[in-house]
Amino acid sequence: MNLPIESIKAACWGTLVTIALAILIVFGSRNLAHFDAALVAYTFATLFAVFGITYRYAMWLQRPPTAMYFKRGWQVFMRPQHILRNVGVWFARVTQDFAFNTFIFKRGKTRWGAHWLIMWGCLIAIAITFPLVFGWVHFETLPGDMNWYRAYVFGFPIFSFPIHSLFGFMVFHGLVWAAILVIAGVMIAMRRRMRDHGAAAVQQFGEDILPLVLLFAISVTGLMLTASYTWMKGYAFDFLAILHALTVIFTLLWLPFGKFFHIFQRPAQLGVAFYQDVGEREAQAHCRRCNEPYASQMHVNDLIEVERQLGFRYELQNEAEHYQRICPRCRRSLLAIAQGRLWHG
Amino acid sequence: MMEFFIDPNRCIGCQSCVQACSECDTHKGHSMIHLEYVDRATSVQTAPVVCMHCDQPTCAEVCPADAIKRTADGVVQTARKPRCIACSNCVLACPFGVPEVKVELKMMMKCDMCYDRTSVGKKPMCATVCPSQALFFGTREQLEQLRPRSTPVNQFQFGAQTITTKVNMLVPKTGKAEYIYVTAALNETTIGKEITLNILQEAYD
Repeated sequence: MNLPIESIKAACWGTLVTIALAILIVFGSRNLAHFDAALVAYTFATLFAVFGITYRYAMWLQRPPTAMYFKRGWQVFMRPQHILRNVGVWFARVTQDFAFNTFIFKRGKTRWGAHWLIMWGCLIAIAITFPLVFGWVHFETLPGDMNWYRAYVFGFPIFSFPIHSLFGFMVFHGLVWAAILVIAGVMIAMRRRMRDHGAAAVQQFGEDILPLVLLFAISVTGLMLTASYTWMKGYAFDFLAILHALTVIFTLLWLPFGKFFHIFQRPAQLGVAFYQDVGEREAQAHCRRCNEPYASQMHVNDLIEVERQLGFRYELQNEAEHYQRICPRCRRSLLAIAQGRLWHG
Repeated sequence: MMEFFIDPNRCIGCQSCVQACSECDTHKGHSMIHLEYVDRATSVQTAPVVCMHCDQPTCAEVCPADAIKRTADGVVQTARKPRCIACSNCVLACPFGVPEVKVELKMMMKCDMCYDRTSVGKKPMCATVCPSQALFFGTREQLEQLRPRSTPVNQFQFGAQTITTKVNMLVPKTGKAEYIYVTAALNETTIGKEITLNILQEAYD
């Protein structure tokens, strides 16, 4: 069997990153001393997810347009004369676009509400569970004082806090708060998907509904665990623990394939923004038909190269040289002129 | 089978399609049709431009985020919102000049042939309201009956690149044209301009 070189490269990256994470788990948990054996299924599901995500990411980066933007994005970001300014702008854009999702707010308030709640719920849950599962974070009672906990990160003591305090309550129920955020977000998103005719026309179960169902299932089963040990003396705890594990593991295994992959693709928008900043400052391409500026020269040249790599043959045997050098407005006019000419001879 | 047929020559520039388009549920509030003044200084000619839904969509191929998908029934969908990074590659690459980037929304939008309607057998909004039927949605039999002098083509030539589309454009039956050579019109002017110039020429003579 002859595998394409792109697949082999992607598989190598996947293996490398998975091994790196496995090594970090061993070191971070002090040779598995703080690794909770009960969570081993979560660990292996995560390792699979990491392989799958890296594989898909590497395949995605090898597509000609993605490769071009990836290369150019880093080139313009790292330009020595702009690097300091770019770092500042990067922080501003990450805050604006990712922490507050302002662009989604402009797309729609309910869409924003759903996304923001789900995103922060998931981020909090990820920040708590992954370090715990990998044994990177653990808690111990202080010697001689059973009412105080000390938090260890990678085996190093970081801080201590009283167990029966507001802080302790908030920390130990971190996943409860995350679940509440996610459930609220899922409710808003589901309502939109059930009532919006436009969404109903284009949504697909696997792409749009299943992620919401999975997030809801994880959150509800997680809350049931808390309810079981807090108010029901651990009733059905083992069953609920398995049910919760199944929902989480299924989501982890599915992570590289479905809608959640946008989490890893989305940061590309930062690179594009820097590319566009530079494009606006530098030479503009002028349409070879109407002579109006319509895009940056760099963008047009890059796109011609990408189209060539993809096998498109938009080259012209006249002064325009390439159809890419004609602006979109002129293209629309040309279509009407060409059709009209057939009618009028 | 219902198909989309466009005859820009019949367009009267009434803007009905532009208004109706924004009522489509899949992109409500945003009109995705282009009503182009072909050469406003010298001609009244207008042309409606919708997505032609290419078999091999250049917009989707050049999308770095893999955000543009084609449905099994051949409709090239607008960008998937979670993926689109508003890079404008599709805007610059589309041979028909169709997609638009909404910068503030960080999202590309384009005509999706009113998928909420056409996927359940209804006409797209623009074809529903077009008074001159420059935008016609129906069967080939209906078309033959209504436009006996026209024949649909769905191949377009741009330099050495041939693009085949789901949407048809009407050409004269007598000309036996199998495709529309778009880039051959690069140095051509509108019909209106030609007429105007002829009149002026006669006046000068």
